[in-house]
Amino acid sequence: MEILLSLAIGVLTASGLWLLFRPRTFQVILGLSLLSYAVNLFIVAAGRLRSDAPPIIGKDPTSADPALYADPLPQALVLTAIVISFATTALLLVVLLASRGLTGTDHVDGEDGEA
Amino acid sequence: MTGWLHHLIITPILLPLLASALMLAFDERRRVLKRWLSLIASALLIANAAALLWFTSDAGNAGTDSPHVYLLGNWAAPFGIVLVVDRLSATMLLLANVLGFTSLFYALARWDRSGPRFHALFLLLLMGVNGAFLTGDIFNLFVFFEVLLAASYGLILHGAGTERTSASLHYITINIAASLLFLIGVALIYSVTGTLNMADIATRVARTDPGDIALLEAGAAILGVAFLIKAGVWPLSFWLPRTYAAAAPPVAALFAIMTKVGVYVILRLSFLLFGEASGDVAGFANDGLLYGGLATMTFGVIGILSARQLTRVVGHYVLVSSGTLLAGLGIGGQSLIAALLFYLVSSTLAISALYLIIEPVERNADEDDMIEGIAEPVFDDEYVGAIEEEEDETGVVIPGTIAILGGGFIFCALLLAGLPPLSGFIAKFAIIDALLRAGAVGPMNWTLIGLLIVSGLATMIVMTRAGIDLLWTPGEDAPSRLSLVEVAPIALLLAVCLALMLWAGPVMAYLEATSAALHDPAGYLSAVAGAPPAGSAQP
Repeated sequence: MEILLSLAIGVLTASGLWLLFRPRTFQVILGLSLLSYAVNLFIVAAGRLRSDAPPIIGKDPTSADPALYADPLPQALVLTAIVISFATTALLLVVLLASRGLTGTDHVDGEDGEA
Repeated sequence: MTGWLHHLIITPILLPLLASALMLAFDERRRVLKRWLSLIASALLIANAAALLWFTSDAGNAGTDSPHVYLLGNWAAPFGIVLVVDRLSATMLLLANVLGFTSLFYALARWDRSGPRFHALFLLLLMGVNGAFLTGDIFNLFVFFEVLLAASYGLILHGAGTERTSASLHYITINIAASLLFLIGVALIYSVTGTLNMADIATRVARTDPGDIALLEAGAAILGVAFLIKAGVWPLSFWLPRTYAAAAPPVAALFAIMTKVGVYVILRLSFLLFGEASGDVAGFANDGLLYGGLATMTFGVIGILSARQLTRVVGHYVLVSSGTLLAGLGIGGQSLIAALLFYLVSSTLAISALYLIIEPVERNADEDDMIEGIAEPVFDDEYVGAIEEEEDETGVVIPGTIAILGGGFIFCALLLAGLPPLSGFIAKFAIIDALLRAGAVGPMNWTLIGLLIVSGLATMIVMTRAGIDLLWTPGEDAPSRLSLVEVAPIALLLAVCLALMLWAGPVMAYLEATSAALHDPAGYLSAVAGAPPAGSAQP
C-alpha cells in the first residue's frame, strides 16, 4: 500500500508541477488542484498508514489502547486543508475569468507572447 | 494578567472577526456606519496591543518574566491549541495594528469607495496577521496564514482594473503554491515529532532519532521556503514589487507588515526549534538565511536604482529591508537581534508612510512630470530646460500642499536611507555596532555592513531624484487639495518614528530583553507546558 500511495503522490505532483508551469491560466489552476491532492495524500501518509483501524476511540475505556487506532490528527488536518484549497481555487477561478475578460487572452501574463 | 484581563490575549483575533462579520450584515450604502465600526475596532486593537505590550514588559509583569499563555477551549498545552503572547508577539502586534489603523484612516479619503466590502476584508486581514503573531501551534499558524492571504487576495483586487487583476493572478498562484509547501513542511515535522504545538516540537527536536534528523531538516527547510516566499527573499521575490505597486495605496501600506509576518515566523521557529539547546540540528539554516538575505539586499539595491516608478522603488526597498533582517538573523547574536528588531519596526513604519505619501505627491506633480519624469531614462537630462527658464522667473512660492508633502517626503527619505537624526539612523547604527562588536569580525559581517551602507546611499540617490522631479519642478497646474484625512495618518506614522527616536533608550532596552528571551526559550517552553487550565486552582 505504501508503494501505491507514494506512486500516486509522485504522479500527482509531477503532473501538477508540469501544469503549473504552463502558460495558460486554466492549466495553472488544474496544476494547483492536482498539487493540493498530492499534498493532502501526503499529510495522511505523515500520520502512518493504517487500514482497518478507526480514528475515534469508542466509549469502552478498556479498549482505549492507542496502538489499535489510526492517528486522527492528520485526518483533521486534511479536512481543513481541503476546505481551504477549495475556497482559494474558487477565488482563483473568478480572477481567471476577470483576467480573461479584461485582457482578452487566457495567457498568465495577460498578453500572448507566442502568437 | 489575571481574571478578565487574561482574555485580552484572544481579543486581537475576535474583535476584527466579529466587527467584519457584523459589517457583512449591513448594506454597502451604510458607509458611514461601516467606517465608524472599522475605525473603532481598529483603534481598540491598538489599545489592546499596547496593553499586551505593557503586560509583557518589566513594569507590567511584576518581575516574573514569562510569556502569557491562553488555552483555547481550556485544553492543556500539547493537546489543545495555545495562544502565546511574549515580548516579540506583543511588539509585532502593536506594529501591525498601528499600520492597520493608519492605513484604514487614509482609506477613508476615497479608497474605501472604489469597491465593495473594503472594511470587512481589511479587518479580516488584521485578524489573520494578529492570529499569526499570537498562535503557538504550527497548523493553527497555517490557518491564520490562509485567513490573511484570502483577505489579501480580496484587497489586492480592490478597485479592479487590468493591472491589478493580472498582478493578483500571479500573487494568488504563488501564494497557493507557497501554502502547499507550508503543508508539506508541517506534515514532515509532524511525522517526525508527532506534535504540532511549537513548544512541544521544540522539546522533542533535541531528542530526535538520528535517523530522522534529515527528515526533520527537510520539513523545516520546506516550511522555511514558504515563509521566505512571503518575506520576499531572492530568488522568490519577483512577484513582490509588481503586486505591491498594483495595490491601492492604503492596501500596499498595510501589506508592508505582511513580509514581516514571514520574517517573524522564521525568527520565532528558528530560535525555538533550532536554537542553541536543540543539539545536532542547532542553527542548521543560518548560512542559508545569511546568503539568501545578502542576495536579496543586492537585488533590492539594483531594483531601487533601476525602478521607473516610485511605488516600485518602495517595493524594492521592502526587499532590502527583508534581506537585511534575514542576513542579520543568519549571523545571529543577542545584541544584533535586538538591533534588527528595532530596524524592523522603524523600516516597516517608514515603508508604510511612504506608500501613503506617494499617491498625493504624484497627484500633485505636473501631468508632464508624471509621464516623463518617472518613465524616462535616468541619464536623460530633463533639468536643462527648467534651469534656463529660471532667469525670467522671480522666485516661485511653494504652495502649502507641496510644502507639507515635501516635508513628509524628506522625512520618509531620511528614515529609509538611515540618515541622522531619525530612527532609521539609530536602527542602522545599532546593527553596524552589533556587527562590529562580535569578537572576530568575519568577512560576512563586513559584507553586510557594506551592503547596508550602499542600500542607504542608493535610497538617498533615488529619493532625491524623485523628490526634485515631483516636488520642485514648477508645475503649471494649481496644486490639488490635500485632505486632512490623508495627511493625518502619514503624520501619525512619522510621529511614531519620531517617538522611536526620542525614546530609543527604553525601546532598545525592551527589545534587548526580547532578544534575550528569544535566545533562551526555556521560559517560553515552561510557560506553555505549565499553563494551568482556567477554573483549576491557581497559585
